[in-house]
Amino acid sequence: MFGNLTWHAIPFDQPIPLAAGAFVVLAIFGVLIWVWAKGYIPYLWREWITSVDHKHIGIMYCVLALVMLLRGFIDALMMRSQQALAFHAAGYLPPEHYDQIFSAHGTIMIFFVAMPFVIGLMNFAVPLQLGVRDVAFPTLNSVGFWLTAVGALLVNLSLVVGEFARTGWLPYPPLSELAYSPGVGVDYYLWGIQISGIGTLMTGINLVTTILKMRAPGMSYMRMPVFCWTSLASNLLIVAAFPVLTATLAMLLLDRYLGFHFFTNTAGGNAMMFMNLIWAWGHPEVYILVLPAFGVFSEVVATFSGKPLFGYRSMVIATMAICILSFTVWLHHFFTMGAGADVNAIFGIASMLIAIPTGVKIYNWLFTMYGGRVRFSSPMLWAIGFMVTFVIGGMTGVLLASPPADFVLHNSLFLVAHFHNVIIGGVIFGAFAGYTFWFPKAFGFTLDERLGKAAFWCWFVGFYVTFVPLYVVGLEGMTRRMQHYDRPEWHPWLLVSGLGALIILCGIALQVAQLAISIRSRERRRDLTGDPWDGRSLEWATPSPPPEFNFAVLPNVTHDETYWSVKQSAREQMRLVLPEPHYEAIEMPRNSPVGFVTAFFAAVTGFSLIWHIWWLVVLGLICAYITFVVFAWRDVAEFEIPAEEVARIDRANRQVRADALRELAL
Amino acid sequence: MSTEALRAPPDSSHLGHHAAAPPLVTGHGAGGPAPKRIVVGYGFWIFLLSDVIMFSAFFAAYAVLFKNTAGGPTAEQLFDLRNTAAETACLLASTFTCAMASLAVGERNQKWTQLSLLATGVLGVTFITLEIREFASLISRGAGPSRSAFLSSFFTLVGCHGVHVTAGLLWLGTMMAQFYAKGFRRDIRHRFLCFSLFWHALDIIWVGIFSLVYLVGTLPRELLP
Repeated sequence: MFGNLTWHAIPFDQPIPLAAGAFVVLAIFGVLIWVWAKGYIPYLWREWITSVDHKHIGIMYCVLALVMLLRGFIDALMMRSQQALAFHAAGYLPPEHYDQIFSAHGTIMIFFVAMPFVIGLMNFAVPLQLGVRDVAFPTLNSVGFWLTAVGALLVNLSLVVGEFARTGWLPYPPLSELAYSPGVGVDYYLWGIQISGIGTLMTGINLVTTILKMRAPGMSYMRMPVFCWTSLASNLLIVAAFPVLTATLAMLLLDRYLGFHFFTNTAGGNAMMFMNLIWAWGHPEVYILVLPAFGVFSEVVATFSGKPLFGYRSMVIATMAICILSFTVWLHHFFTMGAGADVNAIFGIASMLIAIPTGVKIYNWLFTMYGGRVRFSSPMLWAIGFMVTFVIGGMTGVLLASPPADFVLHNSLFLVAHFHNVIIGGVIFGAFAGYTFWFPKAFGFTLDERLGKAAFWCWFVGFYVTFVPLYVVGLEGMTRRMQHYDRPEWHPWLLVSGLGALIILCGIALQVAQLAISIRSRERRRDLTGDPWDGRSLEWATPSPPPEFNFAVLPNVTHDETYWSVKQSAREQMRLVLPEPHYEAIEMPRNSPVGFVTAFFAAVTGFSLIWHIWWLVVLGLICAYITFVVFAWRDVAEFEIPAEEVARIDRANRQVRADALRELAL
Repeated sequence: MSTEALRAPPDSSHLGHHAAAPPLVTGHGAGGPAPKRIVVGYGFWIFLLSDVIMFSAFFAAYAVLFKNTAGGPTAEQLFDLRNTAAETACLLASTFTCAMASLAVGERNQKWTQLSLLATGVLGVTFITLEIREFASLISRGAGPSRSAFLSSFFTLVGCHGVHVTAGLLWLGTMMAQFYAKGFRRDIRHRFLCFSLFWHALDIIWVGIFSLVYLVGTLPRELLP
């Protein structure tokens, strides 16, 4: 009846996951009861769960990322403390548990923190910056988000029901094959990533179409903000790379479920083909994550330097160059495979080439700041912290791109330090910069600056204290993923590294406090003008938070840096009140529960596949198909916002802006 | 063409798309958001590209594992080109009938739409039946997917195409029901545009499978690379 699922799947003998699981279950129930008691469920259902508004979906992506960041960071603390303790000792985490923790840490941080965070920011900001009312396919957007959430759910469920993979964040065969990983851990990984990967692909298709086909009149390619360009590049990479991930994981699933021989040691399977295929996705994935962060920094640096971005065209060219080059370097992840000197040399040179467009970007940001009136608000601090940190990470990357050096450093903690250097210093700093930058736009009030700056400094210092020691022990020959060790010269460095993790913990605690305190004092920090940072692109032309239709009348784009040029000409011409436009009724897509319902059946199907409950698999798939048909059958897909309502909302915004401009002009 | 004509009317971007969306608006930046039909078709093309990339991964795996027969049967011993020819004929003919259906939808002709789609469906079902028969016969001869890496990749590549055709058949049935129940409404025609793109794309992938798997697989040994 329940396949392989029995009471033995609950780890009653292991206190740590059981206590953690019990805590999470209690917390979820507590939140649900609180929500129910306060009568928020209809509101949540109407405004969030069934919402197809790109702003709400973007926010939900970011919330998912922040919650998962806490989970992934707890894993990180456990790893750092284990390695700090496990000198000549067993530490407190048994090997099979430690292996699950580093696998879960990587999986969660990449797929359920970094990805949802950048996708959330793109979802929120791109349509606003393009001057349009929504993404190309609003309901698909909702489906994509909920499928991502299901992936996160499955991965976290493995904490309490069964186990997680012990294979690392990429399940390399033959270890991940059934013969060596007979439990459900790898299956949790595979189905969780398959389901969320499909959601990501949907988002990629959606945003590519939005950027290429839906822009405000006059918004030509060379007038798009750089964040839109980097989003375009990132989503093109999603469309081109995620199908490879789906195919590769499907092959591993077939090996595990139906006895195929893609990557097995027997019957002609080829395990190294997995490395090639997975990194043909995995390397572009790195740029999928970091390119939107580059976009955020471009917006932030220009805004807080009070200057147009230096070298806009070279920024665009560099972005698209990275987009293409990212597909030509995957082999540098396994130089030691033995592809031969010629092949390694080609991929080594290709990897180093990526430093060129990235260097162009760094200089562009520096020159944007040069001669500007730089305001050191917290988004700008993240941007400057990024420039320093990312350059170091980039240089250790160029070092690793050299095959002879890589043969020494492969799979050492030097490598671990390198990729944390670029992912924390690049993606996470970028995500936090974007979070602080667009928070007032999303919610209508600013975040507390003092706590935000304190959080930045904790993260910044904590990062170096954690990862510089790992560079050192990596050079001293310590390999990654060690549960214990007996080299005395490593021990002090690992103690320091553990201290660094605690400093980052302070940063995270400060961010939680910042959010809580800012929400409580939101009436004092209202963003009444909709333009708290003196912004340059179109999202700042809308009120904060923007109405669901974003723009009452589509802006007519006549200049670069659209909103800045509007403010500029208003200042110069002293033309403070533009004639009121002619308002028309606006049709908007109706809310739809199809994303939530589909995701529910995807969760049921995924869970029953993991536990081999075949009847439930069939039932889940049939229900998912019925959901699609019911959705396809609906007759009214839009509702109309009457012209008077549009006019009422827009007049308020126009009044506020006219006042603000008058002040500027005086 | 006056500049006035190039400019979108003030509100052309509602996602709701009024029927009167100006035909000049192409989304290249000058005129504002493209009309819904362009957006839908464009998005579906992007999906098809991603699907082609997924197939390319399976093709690559097949190419890598082609010679890894692990002492088991080879392509030359297994493939029956007559069956493949029949499958190909079905699929190519179904592309023709699908195009007929597009014409009938353009004419708003319910009878011919339904007939052409029915013919497409029958041909698709025949294709799937032939494929299942081929798979069953291979398995019964001890040449199932777990026999060797070569056969694993063969079953996955061809089977993935078969799964796509099956999903296409489900979609086709739903389309027929929708045309019957709701007529030639705009959103349903958009959906049909996507379906026909999907069906033709599956045909293109089959041409790849037919040439690279079946024709190359049955080449005499001395001609193989």
